[in-house]
This record gives sequence, C-alpha cells and structure tokens, in this order.
Amino acid sequence: MTAAAERAAPVPRPAPARRRVLAQAAFEARMILRNGEQVLVTAIVPVLALVGLVQGTFVELDTAGASRIDFLAPGILALAVMTASFTSQAIATAFDRRNGVLRLMATTPLGRGGLLAGKVLGVLAVEAVQVVVIGAAALALGWRPDPGGLVLALVGVVLGTGAFTGLALLVAGTLRAEAVLALANLLLLVLALGGGVIVPADRLPGPVAAVATWLPSGALGDVLRATLVDGTLPVVPVLVLAGWTLVLGALTARLFRWH
Amino acid sequence: MPHSPAVEVRGLVKSYDGRAVVDGLDLTAPAGAVTAVLGPNGAGKTTTVECCEGLRSPDAGTVRVLGLDPVADGPALRPRVGVMLQDGGLPTGVRAREMLDHVARMYADPLPTDALAERLGIDAFARTTVRRLSGGQRQRLALAVAVVGRPHVVFLDEPSAGMDPQSRLAVWELVRELRDTGAAILLTTHLMEEAEGLADHVVVVDHGTVIAQGSVPELLASGTGTPGDDGTLVVRVSADVDPLGLRERLGPGFAVEHRSASSFAVTGPVRPTTVAAVTTWLAERDVLVTRLDTGRRTLEDVFLDLTGRSLR
Repeated sequence: MTAAAERAAPVPRPAPARRRVLAQAAFEARMILRNGEQVLVTAIVPVLALVGLVQGTFVELDTAGASRIDFLAPGILALAVMTASFTSQAIATAFDRRNGVLRLMATTPLGRGGLLAGKVLGVLAVEAVQVVVIGAAALALGWRPDPGGLVLALVGVVLGTGAFTGLALLVAGTLRAEAVLALANLLLLVLALGGGVIVPADRLPGPVAAVATWLPSGALGDVLRATLVDGTLPVVPVLVLAGWTLVLGALTARLFRWH
Repeated sequence: MPHSPAVEVRGLVKSYDGRAVVDGLDLTAPAGAVTAVLGPNGAGKTTTVECCEGLRSPDAGTVRVLGLDPVADGPALRPRVGVMLQDGGLPTGVRAREMLDHVARMYADPLPTDALAERLGIDAFARTTVRRLSGGQRQRLALAVAVVGRPHVVFLDEPSAGMDPQSRLAVWELVRELRDTGAAILLTTHLMEEAEGLADHVVVVDHGTVIAQGSVPELLASGTGTPGDDGTLVVRVSADVDPLGLRERLGPGFAVEHRSASSFAVTGPVRPTTVAAVTTWLAERDVLVTRLDTGRRTLEDVFLDLTGRSLR
C-alpha cells in the first residue's frame, strides 16, 4: 500500500496540546545542545569564567564576608540564564524566522502559541543542563549555597528567563537575522561586564550602578545572590524582573513579525 | 467531503505599504482535484496562498478553507491542512528524518513516517542535516512534512523549485495520489510544464487578480482572436528551396515565408493534409525535411499572451 493510499482518518485529528508543546520543547532543547557554538556559549564559557574568577587573584572582589566562590557562583548562574534565554534564543529564533520555520510550524497543529510555549520550555530545559554543569563545577570549587535559598533562587531563574526570553523574541521578531546575531552577542557582553550580573550593581561606578540596578541583568544577579548566599528573597529586584517580563512580553506580542 | 469547494476565495485584497499585491482575487479549489495558480513572479500567488494558510489576514474579501476561516478557526483547521512553504521552512540544523518525525508528533494519527520517507527517497539522506541537503532533497522533505498529517487540503507553494527531474516526477506522482484519495491540492507555479502536466484546473494570476482560468485544454483553446486551427508550420530543410512554388500548390488561405537557407514558414490552417502537401512538394524536389514544427499553441503561449512578453 502506498503512503497516500493509507489515508484513513475521516477527519485528521491533532495530537493533544500537552504532547505537542512537550515535543516542541524537546526539539528546541536538542537543537541548541547539538550546536557546538551554543554549548560553548551556554555552558563552557560560564564554567571557564567561574574557574578563572575564583582561582585568579588578578581581580579584586569585595565579597562582603562571603567566600569568593559563594559570592561568584550566583552571578555565573545568572550569566548562564542570560546566555540560554537571551543570546542563544534570540539568534535561533531570528534565523528560524528568516528561514520560514516559524511560519511552517504555525501552520501545523502546534500553532503560534504552542511554538512559543515550546520555546520557553526548551530554554528551561537547557537551563537545567546548565545548572547541573555549572553547579557541579562550583561545588567542586567549594561552593556551599544556602540550602533554603535553592528553591527561592528558582523564582529568580523563572522570572529572569521570562524577561530575557521576552527580550530575545522582541529583537528576533523585529530585526534582521544578521543584526540579531551581532546585537545578541554585544548586549550579552555589555550586560555581563556592566549590567550588575557578576559584579553587583552597587559595586559598579556611580552612573553605571544607578542604571544597572534597574536592568533585568542586575535584578537577576541580585536575586540569585540574595537567595543563594543569604537565603532571602529580595523584594525590589523580584519586582524589577516581573516588571521587565510584563513590559517585554507585551511589546513582543505587539511588535513580533512572523514574516 | 462535506465542503465543496474545499478552498473558496472571494474578492481577496491584501496590501503591503499601501500597494495592493492581491487585488480582488476570486478562486475556488474543489476536493479531489489539483488546482494550479499560475503567474509571473510578484503576481500575488504566495500572498494568496498565505491568506489561505492563515499566515496573513486579508485586508478585504473572504477566505474559506473546508468552510472555515483560516485565521479565526485556525486551531480547528490546522490539523486538516498541509503546507509546503516556498522557502521550505525547515530548520537548518535538524536531520531530515528527525524533522519529519517531529512534525508527525503534532498529529494524533499521522502517516507512518517510515513508508513516507521511503516513498519520497528521504531514507537516502535520513541523517543529513537540512543545511547539507540539495534543493530537490529539501523540497521532497518539505512535501513529506506537508502530507504527514493526512491533510484534506494541501497548499504547495512552488513545489518544483530547485528540483531535479527525478524528484519532480516523485512529487508529481504523490500529488496525483493525494488527489485521487479526495484531497484538494492548491499549488502555485510559474512552470508551464507543471501546470500542464499536473493540474486539473489552472488559474492564471497577474497583478493580484485572476486573468484567465479553466482546464488546460480550455485555456489552450481560449481565444487570442485566431480562428479555428490556423497556425504556423515551421519547416527546416536539408537544402535551400524557394518556397513560392509551394504557396501555389497549397492554394488560397496560405502564406509562405522564406526565413533562411534552411528554413521557411507556412501560415494558414494547419491540417494533416497541409503537412502532407508540404512534404510531398519537397520530396518532388529531393529535399529532406530535417525538422517540422506544427506550432500548436502551448500553455506557455497562452500565458505569455495573457501576461505579456516583456521582462519585469
């Protein structure tokens, strides 16, 4: 019997929504983790940064009483969240948009909503891998996070993922793919150095500090440090992250172009 | 199927930056038939199909697919519609079989992907990433993705672009089978050969509107003012002859033109007797016919008559 002659179902039915979204999430995560550059950016670079900053004494750090590794590990995790949810996602989505992948998947039963949900879940899956890899490296270097803060840190990871995925989709859905490639890498570098991620906003020079506190990068760094070092959930940075998630989500919903 | 026609477009208008790309277009595609939308680049073919796929919202007019609105009724319609985009829409980093299996997971009861992959020769490059596939291989994969959900309506935007002849035959065969099982197939093309060989119904589109439509024989017969079977017989010969004597032999209603040392043209009613008279006359002069073209109109002639011959 030929393929076309096997058409039997009187009305073709979609797979259940949950299965569609999970399939897409697994697909997205696999695509990212298979790509050598992406693995380099999302896992290897953060680990190298962690080892370099902890072992190297060339950078002076005021760790406010905490050990060097306890102070640095949350910032590196925040950086990792940014690479997965922003840089990597922006570039992947921009090229998928240019190549018509978004439009094709939007015509399948997955639809646009399912595609976006799959992307966010895919990012969270990649982040889970990052946390395991970076966490293992940090523990080997002597990291002792506050046990009660681990669950609270998840709040920061989820909100940070929301804000940065929103930003990723905003640039991917409005700019040319090549422009997104340049911007996503440049912005990651700028935020990593001066955005309050690894070095807290309040330790940065005057005017930069004032800005970095209100950036999603600074807020994410602050939430992860407060939860993992002290075991407390800081209110202001959580609200800053939630605000960015809402604003960027609304802007993306308005401005994202599928073509 | 309950809905006839499967695709119905009425008065469709779609503008980009104030310029109407589709301008009052009407189109129907019945179930169990292949409908080809034929037109030059920029005629509005892709935009029309994208409105049918729910990827674009019309500025005016109505689009119904299986009786549903592609935008408002998207979730109900998407499982029943298969789409092959002009630019493929395949992620570059994915392996061929992996992509087919992934899209199959979106359906409750997809075609068995093993059989489909074998059928379209995807097995040969199953583990190759899309980035490394040839144009024809990508198109075959894109077609497999479009039909894996057992759709009742299939939209194929330039399915033969970049295909080698073998791929094209495989694709045509699958499209015919889909039609025979009752699916409606709407394809866009600027290849006359494809419209002529595959379509039950051809819709010629230019500047965003339909300028002619019908079956291929109907379009071939459609008038450009030439009555009956008048045509031009172009004859290539082995030696230079003066064809004026031939005109006398053929009688009134014929014109003869000496084109070069090795060819001449006869204009008039091209019938079997005309051809016989020409070759007999040449035989009497011991001149061999090396090539004879009866100059019947092809779909390409019809198309060029309708859309003009100038480059755009």
